[in-house]
Amino acid sequence: MSEAVLLIGTKKGLWIGRSDAERRKWTLEGPQFEMQGVYSVGVDTRGERPRLFAGGTSEHWGPAVFHSDDLGRTWDEPPEGSIGFPKDAEASLERVWQIQPAPAEQPGVVYAGAQPSSLWKSTDGGVTFDLVRGLWDHPHRKDWGAGFGGQAIHTVLPHPTDPGKVSVAMSTGGVYRTDDGGETWEPANQGIKASFFPDPYPEFGQCVHKLASHPDVPERMFAQNHHGVYRSDDSGTIWKSIADGLPSDFGFPIVVHPHEPETVYVFPLIADGNRIPTDATCRVYRSRDAGSTWEPLTNGLPQVPSYAPVLRDALCTDQGSPGGIYLGTRDGCVYASADAGDTWTEVARHLPDVLTVRAAVI
Amino acid sequence: MAVVVKLPTVLRPFAGGAEQVDVAAAGEPTVGAVFAELERKHPALRRRLTDEQGVLRRHVNVFLGDDNVRDLDGLETRLSDGAELLILPSVAGG
Repeated sequence: MSEAVLLIGTKKGLWIGRSDAERRKWTLEGPQFEMQGVYSVGVDTRGERPRLFAGGTSEHWGPAVFHSDDLGRTWDEPPEGSIGFPKDAEASLERVWQIQPAPAEQPGVVYAGAQPSSLWKSTDGGVTFDLVRGLWDHPHRKDWGAGFGGQAIHTVLPHPTDPGKVSVAMSTGGVYRTDDGGETWEPANQGIKASFFPDPYPEFGQCVHKLASHPDVPERMFAQNHHGVYRSDDSGTIWKSIADGLPSDFGFPIVVHPHEPETVYVFPLIADGNRIPTDATCRVYRSRDAGSTWEPLTNGLPQVPSYAPVLRDALCTDQGSPGGIYLGTRDGCVYASADAGDTWTEVARHLPDVLTVRAAVI
Repeated sequence: MAVVVKLPTVLRPFAGGAEQVDVAAAGEPTVGAVFAELERKHPALRRRLTDEQGVLRRHVNVFLGDDNVRDLDGLETRLSDGAELLILPSVAGG
């Protein structure tokens, strides 16, 4: 009997939703990691039993990454800690923004993206992580900026079949990619606008909010930018706008349907200077043609004026069948759809700000 | 000589549930040297007090008597035999 698990990382702890494979009714457990901002969660479904991850930051006691091999009932971290800069890096970890298991062909490999902007790689299933020096030592690093949320690598996209290829996105800095396993990195931002610079099309420095792709079509990437929604059909070499048809090109998350590479989702906000949903309405926008046309999805989402944004990691999918999609808002509501977004069910309300959601059918 | 480190409730799980940890150290140790010894005994506890570069976390306060060690010599503050260090979280967190 399969079950579904939904990790909900909030500003004040972790909640876990549980359901069956149908994913229509959910129970909620929590909180765990009280008084920690749980900025990153992950589910690794590759092994014999699933492993969950939670990256928490305590304002007092600092950041840490925990893992659970019993679906979130108990959590562990190694005595020496899972992640931390070596002395010679002369930096201290502030927050882990992303925990991303690699594809199944790379067992044991888990990536983490962190603040200050750094990429980390684990080869022991996410128990301990090592700094990826090639990106840390990149000559551009001194020129990467910090958005309001801090300077961080918030997205890691490992290539589905080539272990040497990884793309990352950071705010601010933009998209970088490697094809030699992390030794060398190049910026990949051509066509992405940086409206906050005198030259709006710099080589790097863009504030890319989120990056997504589908493993069946890895060369096609989608990006939600700090103003601008883009698609690249060549692994990030050239980006073209797909924002026509959206009520706004501002927002934070972007995800691709788990089984339909042409289907992509965003959550538009009015603008940089007004970060609430367009028309004060909680609406996910879906494109089923890789961004050529868009439609609003509202069935089961709040039908009252809604002013809560959705953060960059608070929109996710699962790998179930049919594919599920999940949404968490800054006013502490979580919604799930088991039919590609046509209808939504409330999983939680009145939680603290939802920072991240991740789900899996196990 | 020995120094006592008193822990707030929230940190006790990282020291096996103990309210305080007795740390043996040579000579007149500094607070930093006591923390280094603490790391040997309870590595997960030390990580909560200082970051990986050895800097006291911003919202962690360490008191020697009534004095915050930040107002003394910080982690370089010298301790005498029997000294008690009291660790308290500052007001933070939103």
